[in-house]
Amino acid sequence: MGQIFSPTTNTLAKLSIYGAVVVPLGILFGGSAISRSPYNTNVGVTLNQPIPFSHKHHANELGIDCRYCHTSVEKTAFAGVPPTHTCMSCHSQIWTNSPILEPLRQSWRSNEPLIWNRVNKLPEFVYFNHSIHIARGISCNQCHGAIQKMQVTSKGFAFSMKWCLDCHREPEKYLYSDEAHPNMTPQDQALSLYKKIQSGVELTPREEALKEGLPYQATAAEIEKGKELVAKLKVKKEQLADCWTCHR
Amino acid sequence: MSEASGEKLITGVHDFASIGGKIDDIVLDQKRHGLNWQLAFAAGFLGVNILLIAVCWLLFMGVGIWGINIPVGWGFAIINFVWWIGIGHAGTLISAILLLTRQRWRNSINRFAEAMTIFAVMCAGMFPLLHTGRPWVAYWMLPYPNWMTLWPQFKSPLVWDVFAVTTYFTVSVIFWYVGLIPDLATLRDKAKSLLVARIFGVFSLGWRGSAKHWVRYESAYLILAGLSTPLVLSVHSIVSLDFAISQLPGWHTTLFPPYFVAGAVYAGFAMVLLLVIPIRAWYGLKDLITMRHIDWMCKIMLATGLIVSYGYMTEAFYAWYSGNPYEWFMMKNRMMGPYWPFYWSLILCNGLVPQLLWFPKWRANLPMVFGICIVISIGMWLERFIIVVTSLVRDSLPSSWGMYYPTFWDYATFAGTLGFFTFMMFLFVRFVPMINAFEMKDLLYKFQGNPRKRADAISAGEGH
Amino acid sequence: MNRESKERIEEQLNGKPLWRSLDELADKPEFHQYLQDEFPLQAKAWLGKMDRRSFIRYATGTLALAGLAGGCRWRPQEKIVPYVKQPEDEVLGVPVSFATACTSRGPAIGILATSHENRPTKIEGNPGHPASLGGTDAITQASLYDLYDPDRSQYIRNLGEISSWDSCIFAIREMLLKQRENGGANVRILSGTIYSPTLHQQKQALLKMLPQAKWIQYEPVTRDMARQGAVIAFGQDVQPVYHFDKADRIVSLDSDFLMSMPGSVRYAKDFADRRRVREDMTEMNRLYSVASWPTVTSANADHHLAVKPSDVEGFALALASAVGVSAQGSLPASVPRGWFDAMVADLKANGSRSLVVPGLHQSPVVHAAAHAINQALGSQAVTYIEPIEAAPTDQMKDLAGLVEDMKGKRVEMLLILGANPVYNAPADLNFKEYLSNVLFKVHLGNYVDETAGECIWHIPETHYLENWSDAKAFDGTVSIVQPLVEPLYAGKSVHEFIAAMMGEPKLGYDIIRGYWQSQEQIGASEEKWTIALNEGLVAGTASPAKQVTANPRLQPEASGAKGMQILFLPDATIWDGRFSNNAWLQELPKPLTTLTWDNAAMIAPATAKDLKLDQNDLVNITFQGRTIKMPIWIQPGMPADTVCLHLGFGRTAAGALGNEVGFDTYALRTSQAPSYSPGVTIAKAGGIHQLVATQNHHAVSGSETMDGRDVVRSGLIDEYKKNPKFLNPPKDEEPDALFEKPKDYQEYDGYKWGMVIDTSACIGCGACVTACQSENNIPIVGKSQVQNGREMHWIRIDRYFAGGEDQPDTLFQPMTCMQCENAPCEPVCPVGATVHSHEGLNQMVYNRCIGTRYCSNNCPYKVRRFNFYKFSAGQPDLDPGNYDYPSLQLMANPDVTVRGRGVMEKCTYCVQRISAARIEAKKAGRDVKDGEIVTACQQACPAKAIAFGNIADAKSEVAKQKRQPHNYTLLDNLLTVPRTSYLAKLTNPNPEIKS
Repeated sequence: MGQIFSPTTNTLAKLSIYGAVVVPLGILFGGSAISRSPYNTNVGVTLNQPIPFSHKHHANELGIDCRYCHTSVEKTAFAGVPPTHTCMSCHSQIWTNSPILEPLRQSWRSNEPLIWNRVNKLPEFVYFNHSIHIARGISCNQCHGAIQKMQVTSKGFAFSMKWCLDCHREPEKYLYSDEAHPNMTPQDQALSLYKKIQSGVELTPREEALKEGLPYQATAAEIEKGKELVAKLKVKKEQLADCWTCHR
Repeated sequence: MSEASGEKLITGVHDFASIGGKIDDIVLDQKRHGLNWQLAFAAGFLGVNILLIAVCWLLFMGVGIWGINIPVGWGFAIINFVWWIGIGHAGTLISAILLLTRQRWRNSINRFAEAMTIFAVMCAGMFPLLHTGRPWVAYWMLPYPNWMTLWPQFKSPLVWDVFAVTTYFTVSVIFWYVGLIPDLATLRDKAKSLLVARIFGVFSLGWRGSAKHWVRYESAYLILAGLSTPLVLSVHSIVSLDFAISQLPGWHTTLFPPYFVAGAVYAGFAMVLLLVIPIRAWYGLKDLITMRHIDWMCKIMLATGLIVSYGYMTEAFYAWYSGNPYEWFMMKNRMMGPYWPFYWSLILCNGLVPQLLWFPKWRANLPMVFGICIVISIGMWLERFIIVVTSLVRDSLPSSWGMYYPTFWDYATFAGTLGFFTFMMFLFVRFVPMINAFEMKDLLYKFQGNPRKRADAISAGEGH
Repeated sequence: MNRESKERIEEQLNGKPLWRSLDELADKPEFHQYLQDEFPLQAKAWLGKMDRRSFIRYATGTLALAGLAGGCRWRPQEKIVPYVKQPEDEVLGVPVSFATACTSRGPAIGILATSHENRPTKIEGNPGHPASLGGTDAITQASLYDLYDPDRSQYIRNLGEISSWDSCIFAIREMLLKQRENGGANVRILSGTIYSPTLHQQKQALLKMLPQAKWIQYEPVTRDMARQGAVIAFGQDVQPVYHFDKADRIVSLDSDFLMSMPGSVRYAKDFADRRRVREDMTEMNRLYSVASWPTVTSANADHHLAVKPSDVEGFALALASAVGVSAQGSLPASVPRGWFDAMVADLKANGSRSLVVPGLHQSPVVHAAAHAINQALGSQAVTYIEPIEAAPTDQMKDLAGLVEDMKGKRVEMLLILGANPVYNAPADLNFKEYLSNVLFKVHLGNYVDETAGECIWHIPETHYLENWSDAKAFDGTVSIVQPLVEPLYAGKSVHEFIAAMMGEPKLGYDIIRGYWQSQEQIGASEEKWTIALNEGLVAGTASPAKQVTANPRLQPEASGAKGMQILFLPDATIWDGRFSNNAWLQELPKPLTTLTWDNAAMIAPATAKDLKLDQNDLVNITFQGRTIKMPIWIQPGMPADTVCLHLGFGRTAAGALGNEVGFDTYALRTSQAPSYSPGVTIAKAGGIHQLVATQNHHAVSGSETMDGRDVVRSGLIDEYKKNPKFLNPPKDEEPDALFEKPKDYQEYDGYKWGMVIDTSACIGCGACVTACQSENNIPIVGKSQVQNGREMHWIRIDRYFAGGEDQPDTLFQPMTCMQCENAPCEPVCPVGATVHSHEGLNQMVYNRCIGTRYCSNNCPYKVRRFNFYKFSAGQPDLDPGNYDYPSLQLMANPDVTVRGRGVMEKCTYCVQRISAARIEAKKAGRDVKDGEIVTACQQACPAKAIAFGNIADAKSEVAKQKRQPHNYTLLDNLLTVPRTSYLAKLTNPNPEIKS
């Protein structure tokens, strides 16, 4: 019998050798890239909401304190989503017939709650507690990104376990106390960022980063201060990274 | 190397062509596969379907469909896993260790045994995966960078298992395939139809049999042999650590590694014989797989069988000698507890029956050998049952003692893997040269000089 | 749609003058039938209170909603549903707890009910309440399940068809007005025992309206005989209240005061307080028990005799005469004379600090004798009060009277309020048969049960967590029962029902408040009312002690003590059958037997040998001409020639779970012999019925199985006084640990959580098991799975017998995750799903677990539990399942993950409570205080046998207990170094008595 393969087969054969290496790698990297992309994480993806509520307008331009709507953020695990009543406390007076707010008035009349699409979501087996983070002076933007810039609210960070652990393993890199106002409680510090932004005072690099919703690399000096703070607040680093701090 | 031994390794009158023909025709001449093949294959196919159903139901319902419970967290799944892994070992031992020790008689059975290894490891591999409560996240046992910044726990023998078994499988497959290349090339060249030629062509990776090829081949094969030799010992040692690491009386014993390896080889050779004896008859390979081979395999079984029996004795002795009440109770519980029949039939199957192999006349009696091999296979399965179950049912606190009753699905899954094994084995027999043809020719040359001369002599002389 | 019902409605419309028809129409059963057919879902909107249900939908339906909004993404979009107006006092995520009282078993037990976002999720004892002192029993814990039971009656029914409150009350009123003409001579009201002052007042009012009517109280488990006994002794009905804190020597005459008497929870604590041996407290009380079947009480006795039920009377009389009360009767042969004399001497020696406690199911004479003996000894440990029942009567006699009336067709209207006589009336009365003579029958109850099935009208009754009421505790203290939720279904409380029936419909609140308006303890004062609600009891309502003198004529009553005797007792978990559909109670292993999901004919091993019977054998039990078929359970510690039957099983209309579970023993019980009687025959019926227990009998110490096992330690107090460490001798050489100890957390300088369980105090009642189940969302698995050894309880009560099987000593050892510092489970997990926290907890991370089960195999304590199926959503052969039912989802504790299929789970020291306390402490900038974290089991334990806290703090209670010389850890030969340790059980037998 003569040749059973055409000469091109040789090329194919050679190619297949490289393919055997390249293709699996491609799949691996492609897969992980997708899983880290907004398509999977929803970071920066805005959702349809019954009312296009603007944090930019309310929190930044009007300067309404976060706690006005998220009443329980200092007290409990949940920040709390405001009841229709809270919105109506202003909007029964202003924008009373703006069509955008019709669903709100509808809800108020019919006593049927507004149904929002959840933006920031943790899995059921993660037990996150807002109050303790506020009590450590962690700014809202630290996790939620540049909320004060959001016309329509979207997710600021991907909430991956690694991302949580970055801080839980090395709190000194993230804990800080406001030099400008030494006798401010951590709670106030956590919630004072927007006031500063509005008042236009000089922001520290860390605060700048928070303002922009960008990750921030603490300087050696800051880390030293952070260590002192960790000691002062009796934060137990080991315990902080234990599974049962978040999972039960 | 004496003529005599050589003659025993290949009986009958042969030259390169006749040997090649004997082996290659089984693949090339598909008409060779008669009713025997069809029945065996059908049985295997049935098994595969049972396996599919059992697995689907398992994934749908959860491991609750099995008999496991608290305290008996491991049941058939792990028993079968250990059993199958064990069976694989004969293959690697034959192909690797016997090669390095220049046991030429391995040549006629190594490919066969290696194939068996691969299929057995496939069967074994299914179980650890299926027995987890959440198989869909079983990949967490692999170390890969992830967003949880979590690694598997390298302290756990179950993780070592993952590495051991996957390595074992990969190396076995490569070893087997490399050994196949020259024969595949032969088939390519002998093939009548272009399609067949091409198929074998693709798989023979352009082998031309040039001296260069042969040199490369020899060194590659030797390296692989070297690689797999430690595996023979390591894999089952690690499997045995799955138990030895624990604190459980009956599991926590340093005896396990050697005792498991010996058991593995024991079971492996039994399985090789179970397959070889019918097939050499069906495909007229009696000349290549001779009584001498079978005799030697029986001797190996006898040796390993004795090691295993010694293991049983030491276990019992140290349970008593340690003076540890839990250990001693465990042993008494095996012998006189609710599962006593299993223990004593184990002693019968693995300890007593194989003693028949001391006698050459029994070793030469194929039906008897076949029977003994079945008994040994059962015995080795029972050994795993005793280790896994009887240690768990009654451990430290009497308040938490229980019993283990396998369910229909336990049996179905096991039967399924048996079917899958048969299924693969007979596909192999039909589509891959089951004996290493070129090594046999090599053997022939080494023992009989240039067979052509001899053939001439025959034709000139007495003739047929 | 259903044509007939439509036509019927049209008839209604045409047939009636229009001005009435519209209202009328809306209330016609036909109309509701029509709705049911036409709009099966929306129909509810017409029939029930929908605001509750819509709340339920929002609370639990997020997933469902998400399903709709799935869209193209693979991960469904979740919704947020805020309030429209948020309640003032509500802060999301912060549980609130209210003081109220559990009345499930009649007498009140003060509780604090925890509520998450307006749904009760946990019940805990009220430390301020005399009947609780912080503890509860399993039944109280499990009463939460009753609230959410999917099988609860949800609609008002007329002849089985769904109807409405208005039409129902209209019909009743109509009938009532008619009956009023002859003063209600043909009206009967049948209720359970009344402990509620308000209900009593309503009863009086009703009887004023219908002077000729009769109000009957009936419950299968009564204190009829105690009542008669008191009358014999004192000439009047008084009720004893025991003060075990004042008793050094106690004789239990077949009583189970630790578990099944009113006040048991309190009694258990007082009793245990006298047995908590510490280095500096080595004085113990001593309990002699004479029991006709092994109870938790006899199991905790220092001396226990198993005697036939009828012999208890002989014993009591002999004891009476021995202490100088004039009584005829001789000591039964089954009681060793030496034993008896030693006991008598002991009692006399301790005089006023001795106490004799008669069992409720024992004959009047025994009670009378007990009273007389206590008086003769001058016992300070018992006082007598007015009975806490509002109107104590001879219930069995009254019920018989009612049946007579029904027989004679003298009953035209029968209101059955929360009673289930069709199921639990004595067999000889044929209640069901004669009930058919009654024309107009109304049933108010939690379930559409056997009785409801026989009635014209059925009205769903509210659960005590849904309604306003009040009830007396064992000592007369009144608690106000306040609701935590609006009725989940169209339920009415008995108060509301009677008020509406009498034509003055009121809300439950107004009725109760109205009654207390007229009582001086509260009166008009809002402040006092609020205090009463906050504290869970009305101050100053405890009944004052009465001065009474006993001069009884004590003659033996118990007839012919020869031959086999039958004994009827309420079940330890499902009581008289009212909890048959309570999954938690059905699956809770019964003390001593560890039997689940069944009842059986209990006989002694000796008797079994005589009758050649084996475990699970089906037998025919014939008593007074009636026969039932039951399986045999051979129970060590049963007296010979006695068969003990538990009530409450074999229901036919209990609900999906309770139906056909066990065997109906009421079929043998007669009004003559409600308690015990001779003349029963047992004959092998052939065949077996598989009974399922979580532990079997091969756990007998000293026997082959336990040899050399150092599992549960117990010893005599006298030994302890000589050498406190005798139960915990120093090891000659330390064994080597199998696994290397993780150093980092052992040098950790923060909290170190630990637990100590005092086995001298533990009575083995199982309250902790149910408390844990409730706190940690532990699913039930059903009989078949328990049989498979797959029960999910995180804490179990290990029970060991010691000594011969005729009268064995019993040892209880609560067993839960030991949180080993050197945990065997940790190194074997391939994915690190179980690892150690620096605070010393052995963490089980459910969402990381892949389910290899190696951790469980390697756990020497076998305290890990595995989800072989998706138990949390029910499982193949069990319906209803668990949290797949919307109503049961509401029951779940939101702070604990509901585990899915294929993951391992175990005790976590209630880590959710630790986290909560830790966070609060951090926010307040302080450390967690000792006692700030109370685990669910610790909280529920009536005997307060469990201590939990930070062992790094030397001043903490748990650290103190760990320093006790008899503190030991289990299986320390493995060097697992458990964080949970035990205080060895110490007993205080009479040195005069050689056993």
